[in-house]
Amino acid sequence: MWFEQVLFFIAGIGALAGALGVVLLQNPFYSVLSLVGHLLGLAVLFLLLNAEFIAAAQVVVYAGAVMVLYLFVVAYIGGADEPLRPESGGVALFGPLFALAIAVELCIAFIASGLQALDTRGADVARPENADQFGSPGAIGELLLTDFLLPFEAASFLLLVAAVGAVVLARRRRGLEEPSERPEPPTETLEVRV
Amino acid sequence: MDITWYLVLSAFVFAIGAAGVISRRNPLVVLLCLELMLNAGNLALVAFSRMHGGEAGQVFALVVMVIAACEVVIGLGIIVAMYRNRLPIDVDEMSELRG
Repeated sequence: MWFEQVLFFIAGIGALAGALGVVLLQNPFYSVLSLVGHLLGLAVLFLLLNAEFIAAAQVVVYAGAVMVLYLFVVAYIGGADEPLRPESGGVALFGPLFALAIAVELCIAFIASGLQALDTRGADVARPENADQFGSPGAIGELLLTDFLLPFEAASFLLLVAAVGAVVLARRRRGLEEPSERPEPPTETLEVRV
Repeated sequence: MDITWYLVLSAFVFAIGAAGVISRRNPLVVLLCLELMLNAGNLALVAFSRMHGGEAGQVFALVVMVIAACEVVIGLGIIVAMYRNRLPIDVDEMSELRG
């Protein structure tokens, strides 16, 4: 049992440090790498919560595919060092204060909610030997194709819409409609003098 | 470990992400902080699913991951389009949508 606690604290501190790194590091490239560390720590926490399929999806899809997309875009637009918000203005004071307030409020809401099972390790999820275990891909897949079929299909349709939208947003404007290579008017000089 | 530990951890991660969304100016980093907040929600969902003993919360977490992927794709597409049009990559400068 002590092994679980040690693993929780290592993964939890790793996840918190990754989250802080995302916010505090100045270079967006390092922020993305810090988020990868955060996601890996979170995957360990998911494993501790018997969510094996979610942990695997987190590592493969999130820390793998989505973060590679981020890294490509950061490398493409050249992530320059951005100085953190200068101390002028109320945001520098308001931001951390708001975060602290929201953390305290959420903790109060969780702890004072009076849920009996909060102070336990959770419900008994042991299942018979030949059945799908709790959180295994078999159990999740069966739920996805029986009880949650409509949300599953809606999510896949949403992914399709997002992919089409990304292609439309990021394609080059010239060259598709006008194959005759007509030079497009420079947009900077279109301001109308009044 | 008690479920409370996981929930408190998710509260802290959510708060860190909210602070980043408020105080950073690079839209790339703002998207990263949104990911942080969504992941905090995921952790709370999985913890509640473990507490309840049913896998429905884990299915919700999967759907949240799908939503996060869509949001990333659209957000990065907008940022790339801004870069192509030589707009400044800064959320303070993007005030053209203001009504």
